[in-house]
Amino acid sequence: MREAELKGRDQIEIYPYGESAVRIEFGKGIDPEINRKVRALTANLESEPFPGMIECVSAFTSVTVFYDLLAVRNMASPLSESQSAYEIVSDLVRERAAGMATEASGQARTVEIPVCYGGSFGPDLAYVAEHNKLTPSEVIDIHTSGEYLVYMIGFAPGFPFLGGMSERIATPRRSSPRLSIPAGSVGIAGKQTGVYPIVTPGGWQLIGSTPLALFRPEDHPPSLLQAGDVVKFRAITPAQYEEFRGGRI
Amino acid sequence: MSFKVVKPGLLTSLQDLGRYGYQKYGVIVSGAMDPVSLRLANLLVGNDEDEAALELTLVGPSLIVEQDALLAVTGGDMSPKVNGQPLPMWRPVYVRKGSHLQFGACKAGSRAYVAVAGGYDVPVVMGSKSTYLRAGIGGYQGRALAEGDVIAWKPSAGRAAEYREQWARKLKGVSSDYISTDWHTGRGFHPHEGGDAVIRVTRGSQFEYFAPGSRQQFYEKSFQVSTQSDRMGYRLTGPELTLAEPLEMISEAVIPGTVQVPPDGNPIILMADRQTAGGYPRIAQVAVVDIPVVAQIKPGRRLRFREITVNEAEKLYIQREQQIQQMKAGILVNMKQGV
Repeated sequence: MREAELKGRDQIEIYPYGESAVRIEFGKGIDPEINRKVRALTANLESEPFPGMIECVSAFTSVTVFYDLLAVRNMASPLSESQSAYEIVSDLVRERAAGMATEASGQARTVEIPVCYGGSFGPDLAYVAEHNKLTPSEVIDIHTSGEYLVYMIGFAPGFPFLGGMSERIATPRRSSPRLSIPAGSVGIAGKQTGVYPIVTPGGWQLIGSTPLALFRPEDHPPSLLQAGDVVKFRAITPAQYEEFRGGRI
Repeated sequence: MSFKVVKPGLLTSLQDLGRYGYQKYGVIVSGAMDPVSLRLANLLVGNDEDEAALELTLVGPSLIVEQDALLAVTGGDMSPKVNGQPLPMWRPVYVRKGSHLQFGACKAGSRAYVAVAGGYDVPVVMGSKSTYLRAGIGGYQGRALAEGDVIAWKPSAGRAAEYREQWARKLKGVSSDYISTDWHTGRGFHPHEGGDAVIRVTRGSQFEYFAPGSRQQFYEKSFQVSTQSDRMGYRLTGPELTLAEPLEMISEAVIPGTVQVPPDGNPIILMADRQTAGGYPRIAQVAVVDIPVVAQIKPGRRLRFREITVNEAEKLYIQREQQIQQMKAGILVNMKQGV
């Protein structure tokens, strides 16, 4: 019955993550369509959490659902006493995934991030240009003309994993990482681009800096960006950078 | 009502059971490395079990108790002393104002917890008092304790207040600097100190992708806990673990106790301050009941992994929670009978 039911539906794989979480995978590879399903299930679970659910963490291809196994077992009917919490949660999540709206829901939010490129704001801009046989202003044009999907937030608080950067400005990481990269730095690593929300060590090529705070611990949500947002970068001058600093957009 | 920090110790920070609900924004969970010792410390002073306590690491601090305090010390044994007199652990202790509370180096275990009746008076940030050291938020000013800090606690309410009053009356009649009970919870969840610690794990998502020899050695050989281990992860050295063939990994959520293997072949057990996502193959997942055991293993010591099923891990978890419920009930009965 279950086999038959699954046919014609999205293929999802559910794996135990120890006894306190399950991971639901919608496919392999970095793909906007797979990620859209990930976000749809996350939204479904968050809008109607099951008893015992603690939180959902979405990634490129999967959602990890944390739960309190005692609470999950307590909600189960006596009939399912022999069922493990993992089985109960898997069945429930499978049902949710089958019943959720799969078509794109509305327009994605677009967030514009002002960036002051080059100079002391982006000490590696010249290197990125040279590496790709471009001028620094061509690198800026290419970087600001893209639309970048936020696949997930992770690595650091508020740090977006962005997809969609032009390969024309792809540049390998620095051979020796910097010990401390200032918050707001905009960088390139291979085919990825990203913004550092807090001071961290890192090997990214830094091309600019934003005065916007990506991590806002006093706000709810504490992150400027969320999975599913579309990011656009806009070039600003050092004077505008100073004006923006500390401001909210 | 406060502690004054004379010496901060190696790494002393406020931690509760963690900051859940914000991982999707990249905000790590943090929280006590040994959650069971934290819960017991709180229960012993009448607090809710998820209240924050001081977490001491390897070498403890030296504190002045500025007002009479009902406190409990659990976890690793750092030879706690009040004005030079040994202070018993795993039980409520009422300490006289002006006393010097001192901790030394850990004789057994790695981390100790100091809970105080009423709970520490620090802001709740994103639902938690835990210190998020790297982002500088939560806990006491977002950082580990430093010399000269004054760590305040809140007036006790409810059960904690009742306990405090009982103890205050009793302390009046004695000349010593502290009083405590004869009963204690025992160190039931504390790791054994002899031989290799045995850590039970369920199978990791990429277990099958490891070379057959590595899969075998993972369970047959022991691993040494490196001195580079910290609140983020325990780095292990032992047989080099290799994949059967290269594997393309994409970042995914990781959870406490995830055992991941970076390209150098040395596994890392992810702990309280892990990042929210990781991109290394995961060979195993430590059972929740054995997280406190890992948290208390000293750098330099050895551990072995033993595989159990998810079902067994669930049963162990349920048993442990039943044991904690029994302890909770026992503490209540003992406290009611007075000190």
